[in-house]
Amino acid sequence: MTAADILESARPLLDVEHLTMRFGGLVAIDDVSFAAAPKDITAIIGPNGAGKTTVFNCLTGFYRPSVGRLTLRRNGQEHLLERMEGHDIAQAGVARTFQNIRLFSQMSALENLIVAQHNKLMRASGYTAFGLMGMQAYSEVEAQAVELARYWLERIELVDRADDDAGNLAYGQQRRLEIARAMCTEPALLCLDEPAAGLNPRESVELEELLLFIREQHGVGILLIEHDMSVVMEISDHIVVLDYGQKIAEGTPQEIRDDPAVIRAYLGEEGSAGAERGGGA
Amino acid sequence: MLGTFEYFVDQAINGVTLGAIYGLVAIGYTLVYGIIGMINFAHGEIFMIGAFVSIIAFLTLGLLGLTWVPLALLLVLIATMMLTAVYGWTLERVAYRPLRRSPRLAALITAIGMSIFLQNYVQLLQGARNKPLQQVISGGFEIMREGDYVVTLSYLQIFILLLTIVLMVVFTLVIGRTSLGRQQRSCEQDRDMAALLGVNVDRTISLTFVMGAVLASVAGLIFLLNYGVIDFYIGFLAGIKAFTAAVLGGIGSVPGAMLGGLLIGLIEALWSGYFTVEYKDVAAFSILILVLIFRPTGLLGTPDIEKV
Repeated sequence: MTAADILESARPLLDVEHLTMRFGGLVAIDDVSFAAAPKDITAIIGPNGAGKTTVFNCLTGFYRPSVGRLTLRRNGQEHLLERMEGHDIAQAGVARTFQNIRLFSQMSALENLIVAQHNKLMRASGYTAFGLMGMQAYSEVEAQAVELARYWLERIELVDRADDDAGNLAYGQQRRLEIARAMCTEPALLCLDEPAAGLNPRESVELEELLLFIREQHGVGILLIEHDMSVVMEISDHIVVLDYGQKIAEGTPQEIRDDPAVIRAYLGEEGSAGAERGGGA
Repeated sequence: MLGTFEYFVDQAINGVTLGAIYGLVAIGYTLVYGIIGMINFAHGEIFMIGAFVSIIAFLTLGLLGLTWVPLALLLVLIATMMLTAVYGWTLERVAYRPLRRSPRLAALITAIGMSIFLQNYVQLLQGARNKPLQQVISGGFEIMREGDYVVTLSYLQIFILLLTIVLMVVFTLVIGRTSLGRQQRSCEQDRDMAALLGVNVDRTISLTFVMGAVLASVAGLIFLLNYGVIDFYIGFLAGIKAFTAAVLGGIGSVPGAMLGGLLIGLIEALWSGYFTVEYKDVAAFSILILVLIFRPTGLLGTPDIEKV
């Protein structure tokens, strides 16, 4: 590693500074700051309506923050996400999944993964013209795209369903396909909005393995919104707790588990928290 | 004569030629509807502009002394495709993109406004009189004969059919097999999600308008060659007929638009051949009403699945 690499690895992948989002008189996020380190799994937790998804919507260009700066660092470049259009944010290296599944249900599983790689395909195809003529350079890039798609299909154990419409896959398979599709954009930061929702315990374990694999093998930072605390505590390196749009705590899973403010936010009273969590407080 | 098979074949050939025009225009309606969910009522005017660009190009080539038909046709085809594409792109950029997030009714009214604007624009620039063009492709060969009644297939009709088939195959491949087509289909299903995967949604929508305009321009060229006379008003009726074709085939479905165009063309030609010419439009629009009542999704359309 050169000095520059070391310096970069020391700086956070994502910096959220003083993020505030107002909708008319309602303050959905109030001056929230946190950072996500490269290759870390950073979880954002909090009760319903705490503003977790709003943070994602600001990060991915759905909302323009009222105040605040969102900086993504990749390969020594800084991208100010709050100023960019949705597709530019994706190209800068942020990928996202939603609470509800938003696959292209009438396209095959394979096509879903290839759409996510269309930027390099469009460039190679000379914006379609050469592609139609079957130029060599294009077919090579296309073969690479299919190769990457196949790699992820193997990873999520869907190779034999590659040509089926995404809408016909089982729920858990669709969840995995969404993550694979996000990975096909080759992101630096993967934002997952409740990926474990609706999964059975075995599927949750598979999901944890998939996320750890993504972190280890692809060096992607993961930002995770999740209600399933077993998943969060199991795999997170860092946890940010929101309540009513404000950050009330931040730290390692152990620190969060013991934080009285968090327990109050989730369970109301400190006493009952101790009882329910089996001595967690 | 009316009852003979030869007469039927003759009318059917006319119907298929007409169907090629409607089908090419209908694809533009269906593509735009598929991607932004609005009916681009100015699309008929794009077809009309395609016809005008074609006649201007033919006359210009004539003045320049270029009379070798295959080359002239090729140059006119390229000219009308390119210039009409610019109109299609501009239409979307100026009239529809600023309304992208507004209610559908706003875009619909704008479309009708653009339609009236484009008609008047051409009327002002080109005059209201009919514009005739002498026959460019003549001749043909006899395929059937019944007494004095000769059924011929003209070279023009062969040219029209080949051109239409080639275009439809190319566009089916673009939509089904290329990265651009995948982007279009992804925007059609979930525009926001497509943007999150890095798809430039605005550019994809622009390209969709360009594709629709290119096909409509070719339809305009075919109309000009087939009828030999155009005016600024041809886009209105042809546009609504093509819209009927798109609805009949199932709006949003490209094969449906082709099929719908063919059927409307055949119905119109056969109706004129066997009943009365005056009521051919009534026949075509009755189809629209019947389809809307009994099969609103059209022949090849899929029922609209409620989005989550």
